[in-house]
Amino acid sequence: MAKKTYEKPTIIKVESSHSKAGVPMPKQKIRKKIGGVAIDEMVERFGSPLFIFDEKAIREKYRSAYEAFSSRYPNVQFGWSYKTNYLKAVCAVFHQEGAIAEVVSEFEYEKARELGIEGKDIIYNGPYKPYDSLVTAAKEGAKIHIDTFDEINDLEKVADELGFEIPVAIRLNMDTGIYPQWSRFGFNIESGQAMDAVKRIKAGGKLRLTGLHAHIGTFMLDANAYKVETTKMVRLMNEVEEKVGFTIEYIDVGGGFASKNHLRGIYQPPEVVVPTIDDYAEAITSALYENIRGNSYPKLYLETGRHLIDEAGYLVTSVVASKTLPDSRRSYIVDAGVNLLYTYFWYKFNIELTREVSGISEPAMINGPLCMNIDVIDESILLPRLRRGDKLVISPVGAYNVTQWMQFIRYRPRVLMVTEEGNVELIREREELSDIEKREILPDKLKLK
Amino acid sequence: MRIENLAVNKNGFAFDPTSGETFTLNETAKEIIEDLARGVEEKEIAKKLSEEYDVTQEEAMNDVLDFKEKLKLYGLLS
Repeated sequence: MAKKTYEKPTIIKVESSHSKAGVPMPKQKIRKKIGGVAIDEMVERFGSPLFIFDEKAIREKYRSAYEAFSSRYPNVQFGWSYKTNYLKAVCAVFHQEGAIAEVVSEFEYEKARELGIEGKDIIYNGPYKPYDSLVTAAKEGAKIHIDTFDEINDLEKVADELGFEIPVAIRLNMDTGIYPQWSRFGFNIESGQAMDAVKRIKAGGKLRLTGLHAHIGTFMLDANAYKVETTKMVRLMNEVEEKVGFTIEYIDVGGGFASKNHLRGIYQPPEVVVPTIDDYAEAITSALYENIRGNSYPKLYLETGRHLIDEAGYLVTSVVASKTLPDSRRSYIVDAGVNLLYTYFWYKFNIELTREVSGISEPAMINGPLCMNIDVIDESILLPRLRRGDKLVISPVGAYNVTQWMQFIRYRPRVLMVTEEGNVELIREREELSDIEKREILPDKLKLK
Repeated sequence: MRIENLAVNKNGFAFDPTSGETFTLNETAKEIIEDLARGVEEKEIAKKLSEEYDVTQEEAMNDVLDFKEKLKLYGLLS
């Protein structure tokens, strides 16, 4: 006789604070496939946990963002923000789509060059650019965005060393009506510091100002801030061209567009609070048209990162154990922790199952495998009773996690990309002991017999 | 052992007359409560579950122990 389907024993005290607990879940969040490929099959083949990226989703997102801007302002160029996700395969997809590279360190610069991106197609940002990297970037024709007066001095030395005038841009900060105001990058517009930097560059006679750049913040929920930013940048451009005589070829409005992620502390869902790409595009391009004088339309650069990749990335993790906590909540221990999910600190993720699980729901928390009390992926979630080996699909996790993740206590897992054609490609192998130990040196006197 | 007094109806609704508290529970929980109230040993309960459902005796044993912990936290078991 066939055995009955097992439901783990569940009892819930009826309390008003847990009013949704103790009843069959009306609608379970289920995701069985990513990019058309069964998640269970990928886990069976490549193990758990797994980061999985959906190539088709990346391309579609990029194309819709490009369309939103180019249909309004044709002279537009996206720069892929390496710090958001610098896995080679991910960068390559954006470069194939037409994005250039936007880097913020000599490491990222080298990564872009290694991938085959020419210097002229690299935007070099960041508050610290080592001297040697400035020499390389200047030689290779990269777009160097100056952050400080010290960097102006460095670049003038580089110009002397190389014997030619270096085209540069300056980074700007300003009040766009948002709080907190990002003021630590570049030169302030309102105080006159930005104009001082322009004049300083002109007086030096070794650099030529060709661009203006700003990055006003991250996860910006107010599209109008970009309208303010662009307006102030174009007005500065007009002033620079008129008073100082430089010709500004491009305006780079930076990044910061939000993804459909759920910020902690914000009650409404992302579908309600996050502006659409059209909202951002309209804010920026309308400010360009309203403020540009004459018939010269500078190229518009964008350094959109999170918005383009976040929703294309998933982390699949498996339940390895469960227990009842003293406050009667259930704790599920899963095989991926917050060392892999840097964005946990500001997001409440979407957590889905790969199969329907029968039974009544129960308040639970999801803990990672680290021997650390802070390893909490979700501290309050209603779940049916899961069994060992059940999988949780955590999203959106495409932005910042596979760059800011830590090798801490455990090895970092494999990363897959499901291609447009529905093939599964391994794009980063799981770490092993030799990856971590090869940089360590044990002095002879400490070697154990 | 307050579980002996627990009034459980067929829909998985339970009432504790001692405290006035109410609970919801599923079929397996109901079976375990009935067995515990009758003094059935944990190991025996796990064996019964593994014979009736698609679960190993090992997994069922863990679930029985975990379930008893929950009953204690709710004051239904000492």
